[in-house]
Amino acid sequence: MRVRLGEVAFARSGDKGDTANIGLIAFGDDVYPILEKQVTAHRVKKYFKGICDGEVERFELPNLRALNFLLHRSLGGGGTVSLMLDAQGKTFSTALLRMEIDIPEDVLRRGGGVGSERGAEREAADGTARESGSD
Amino acid sequence: MTRPAAADTVAALAAETAAVADPAAAARPAGAAPETRPRPARSGAGRDRTVRVASGQGFWGDWQEAPKLQVRRGPVDYVMLDYLAEITMSIMQKQRARNPDAGYARDFVLLMEDLAADLIDGGVRVVSNAGGVNPVGCRNELGFALAGRPLARRPAVAVITGDDLMDDLDDLIAAGHELRHMETGAPLATVRDRVAAANVYLGAEPIIEALEQGADIVVAGRSTDTALTYAPLMYEFGWRADDWDRLAHGVVAGHINECGCQASGGNSLVDWREIDLVLPGYPIIEAEADGAFVVTKHPGLGGRVTRATVSEQLLYELGDPREYITPDVIADFSTIRLRDLGEDRVRIEGVAGRPRTDRLKVSIAYHAGYKAVGTLTYAWPDALEKARRADEILRGRLDHLGLEFDEIRTEFVGAGACHGPLAGDPPADVPEVMLRVGVRSEDRHAVSRFSREIAPLILAGPPSVTGFADGRPRVREVVAYWPALIDREAVERRVLVETIKL
Repeated sequence: MRVRLGEVAFARSGDKGDTANIGLIAFGDDVYPILEKQVTAHRVKKYFKGICDGEVERFELPNLRALNFLLHRSLGGGGTVSLMLDAQGKTFSTALLRMEIDIPEDVLRRGGGVGSERGAEREAADGTARESGSD
Repeated sequence: MTRPAAADTVAALAAETAAVADPAAAARPAGAAPETRPRPARSGAGRDRTVRVASGQGFWGDWQEAPKLQVRRGPVDYVMLDYLAEITMSIMQKQRARNPDAGYARDFVLLMEDLAADLIDGGVRVVSNAGGVNPVGCRNELGFALAGRPLARRPAVAVITGDDLMDDLDDLIAAGHELRHMETGAPLATVRDRVAAANVYLGAEPIIEALEQGADIVVAGRSTDTALTYAPLMYEFGWRADDWDRLAHGVVAGHINECGCQASGGNSLVDWREIDLVLPGYPIIEAEADGAFVVTKHPGLGGRVTRATVSEQLLYELGDPREYITPDVIADFSTIRLRDLGEDRVRIEGVAGRPRTDRLKVSIAYHAGYKAVGTLTYAWPDALEKARRADEILRGRLDHLGLEFDEIRTEFVGAGACHGPLAGDPPADVPEVMLRVGVRSEDRHAVSRFSREIAPLILAGPPSVTGFADGRPRVREVVAYWPALIDREAVERRVLVETIKL
């Protein structure tokens, strides 16, 4: 099933000079490998066409169910030089969450998958702690 | 007690330097003598308990109530206050250029005035980089603010200096330190005559030294944000300077604390509607001697600490996760193990560290021309079309004047200014659109002339326009950031830690 990334993941973005970083975090353990396969550096570079003028690097953090993207030359020079409204790339996070990916229906039905954020909070409320996916 | 050997070196060198020159002495409040009593053999004293380091400020201008709530709403041992971002130093440098007594976070002095009694009575110590480009000035103002206050005892305040390289830049360059831009590779010599500020990022050593001198309040300049959290842990637990894994845990704790509420529900995407942010609890690190720690917050306050809020902050402004470089250790964020314990408690352990590098990062600010940004708002119908037409007219007039700019950037706020083409086409009946045009140039005159071309569009431009109440756009100086690296030994001997009672 084709869904927006925002259905199965969340994100935060920020800046280092003219480079924006986007941390993309899967809601659940079984979503993470799907992100790793589909949300490639190449695809993100193409997706941010007209915004990112440089390379896109991707780093994998399965321990956090997360991918970290560096979008070089994306902030109009960055810092105080930039004339952009979003000179720190703070809203790049939700821009990425617009991207569409393919997710198996059973994963989606579980609300983001095994060990999802919302699941974790339900379990926590029941007083049961839960190990992270990498443990 | 074991203390990091490197801290000894700093202490010895500081004592040596102090004998030669004591820049703080001249500005010391009358009657105040330098702290001369032997250091309390305190390092490592916290080994058998958890140490609580609370985050109080994530940037200069952050919520002033947060540190007060951290101190008053529950037990904490330390409050870290981070005031410095990459551009903050240049702003403070500008302030000091106008007034030699300025150049630090004035908010901090007001806050300490308010909190001093709570800190002294509760035995809570403050570690801050509020000193900006003038830590001594900050301490002096603090002296005036606290003078005559009825406190149970006089607070000991430490000042850390030596991060400011401004006066020695030419010597450093002459000695072969090129200070090449970390992204472009250009040597600093290419902009040397335009440099406004140059500060080296200092790590934990001087902060540990300050705590050993008995400081209740530490005022640093360009200390790394993360060290404000892990230096107290190194001091309390007696961690060695080459205890890489424990230090790496401290760095992760510091990364969580350094952005204030961003780790405890602020700016957090997951379930954002449900998080009460009226009076949020900022994050608190509850650390253990082996390095593992719990991120939490005071009960009874808003905010939220979950796997989601902490994960988001861990990814914030992250580069290569395996190489999170600090002056004291390289932390590997790909080894972090996270566990949500429920009830606003998230445990972190398993973090691996690698030996520190032999270089330190230098934050340099230099003058890079001028800029101005003008805005006008166009209303329905055809709001976007009107804004676009206004932009064409404006650019035509700038051409007519023959003005040269390094960049002219137009954005349509309400019609894709944040996400650009990714947002798709805005709805045809969008109620209003704000035209936002920015220019940048080396030529101040050109930018100033641009700022006079916005208002004429009101009467001599497309219809249904408003939003010019603030007058002409302000011409602002661009002070750009130049990150560089320098050999550790070229600068470390300059660091001086001095503690006096106020």
